[in-house]
Amino acid sequence: MKYIDEFQDPALARRLLDEIHATVTRPWALMEVCGGQTHSIIRHGIDQLLPEQVELIHGPGCPVCVTPLEVIDKALEIASRPEVIFCSFGDMLRVPGTGRDLFQVRGEGGDVRVVYSPLDALRIAQQNPDRQVVFFGIGFETTAPPNAMTVHQARKLGIRNFSLLVSHVRVPPAIEAIMRSPSCRVQGFLAAGHVCTVMGMDEYPELAERHRVPIVVTGFEPLDILEGVRRTVAQLERGEHTVDNAYPRAVRAEGNPAARAMLEDVFEVTDRAWRGIGVIPDSGWRLSAKYREYDAESRFAVDGIRTCEPAECRSGEVLQGLLKPHECEVFGTRCTPRTPLGATMVSSEGACAAYYLYRRLDITPAAREASPVA
Amino acid sequence: MCLAVPGKVLDIEERDGTRLATVDFGGVVKEVCLEYLPDLRVGEYAIVHVGFALQRLDEESARQTLELFTELGMLQEEFGDPWEAAAGTGATHVAEEARK
Ligand code: SF4
Repeated sequence: MKYIDEFQDPALARRLLDEIHATVTRPWALMEVCGGQTHSIIRHGIDQLLPEQVELIHGPGCPVCVTPLEVIDKALEIASRPEVIFCSFGDMLRVPGTGRDLFQVRGEGGDVRVVYSPLDALRIAQQNPDRQVVFFGIGFETTAPPNAMTVHQARKLGIRNFSLLVSHVRVPPAIEAIMRSPSCRVQGFLAAGHVCTVMGMDEYPELAERHRVPIVVTGFEPLDILEGVRRTVAQLERGEHTVDNAYPRAVRAEGNPAARAMLEDVFEVTDRAWRGIGVIPDSGWRLSAKYREYDAESRFAVDGIRTCEPAECRSGEVLQGLLKPHECEVFGTRCTPRTPLGATMVSSEGACAAYYLYRRLDITPAAREASPVA
Repeated sequence: MCLAVPGKVLDIEERDGTRLATVDFGGVVKEVCLEYLPDLRVGEYAIVHVGFALQRLDEESARQTLELFTELGMLQEEFGDPWEAAAGTGATHVAEEARK
């Protein structure tokens, strides 16, 4: 129990763990969907505190990691143009495209700026009417509403030198794709808390019913995760498969109705490619017809880009829970946060980064040999 | 980036027809859009993501979460200098440094 003292409330953590240990009678594989949860789990050694029968599988919930290479390459090309101010969140700077990243584009003279909020990018557009300001709109359902509001504001204020490079993704179709995969081992989901803060829970009952899989909305603090695991395991042991909310302080059943309404106005559902995984039907958003003029892809005509993924990177399998990061051949050797081959190593929410950051001392070549390939 | 951080509303104003608040995240102060949580009041806490308040939070939970994030260096990752992080070692190392 080497980490438990670090928990915010060690006594409560102990109680939750005891209850999980007492409940489990056979093996269960649960997937935590959110990359923030993955980091919390690895950082606190939660996977090592749980009974051996409970396996946590890391899901595809890191927006930086799943942004397709093609979109990264489009971003790099747009950011290289002299008339463009390219704005992005900080975590996209080192995500490798084909051959380079945004950080290098800036070194080569591109005007790349990091913003805290998409509204900052809009303000930059207002202050630079003779430049084109492009915002890199990636993220799940938590990030899409802020970006939607920004485009809505641009239109309302008549700001025309602003556009969005959109690559938003949606969680429920990803869960659907994971459950449909022939190699799927997932028996229960810890759903991403802050996605549900926006979307609520009504997309899940149908999924839970159809795949007979419990879905428990879970926060990402250590105690939240233990509570999510406790409730999921309890359902599995009872043979139930319902949607449950283990994060009520941040998630209401209806989510945030104002944010959902804005999403529906500004975006429409579309098929999207996920880096390393491929196209998942209905798994993304693009600008709706009313806002299409704010689409950076058509404004800058960046079609016909040739992408090239490093052959050694197995992040697609990592993102689908088929491979643990340290089971990748080049983990920690040719691939590190300094020399990332895949986005999962560079993103602050990526699974490979979590293992590298928190577990690298535990991972000797011998441990790698002994590790069972999932 | 997916991190949503709780913060306390210090004051509220209207600009360009938009409700904006000044919000304190454990010492870091940022401007936050309230359009998705229009009835949030000064003194209340909310979960904020990329400059947008998304849901109210009680003070005790907000305080605990902020403490945890500070401990884990996650606030540093969210609000620190992204160029420095990217230049040296990748964003994740900022968190590592912050913990030392
Ligand atoms: S360790 Fe590196 S190369 Fe291997 S899957 Fe992760 S990102 Fe890809």
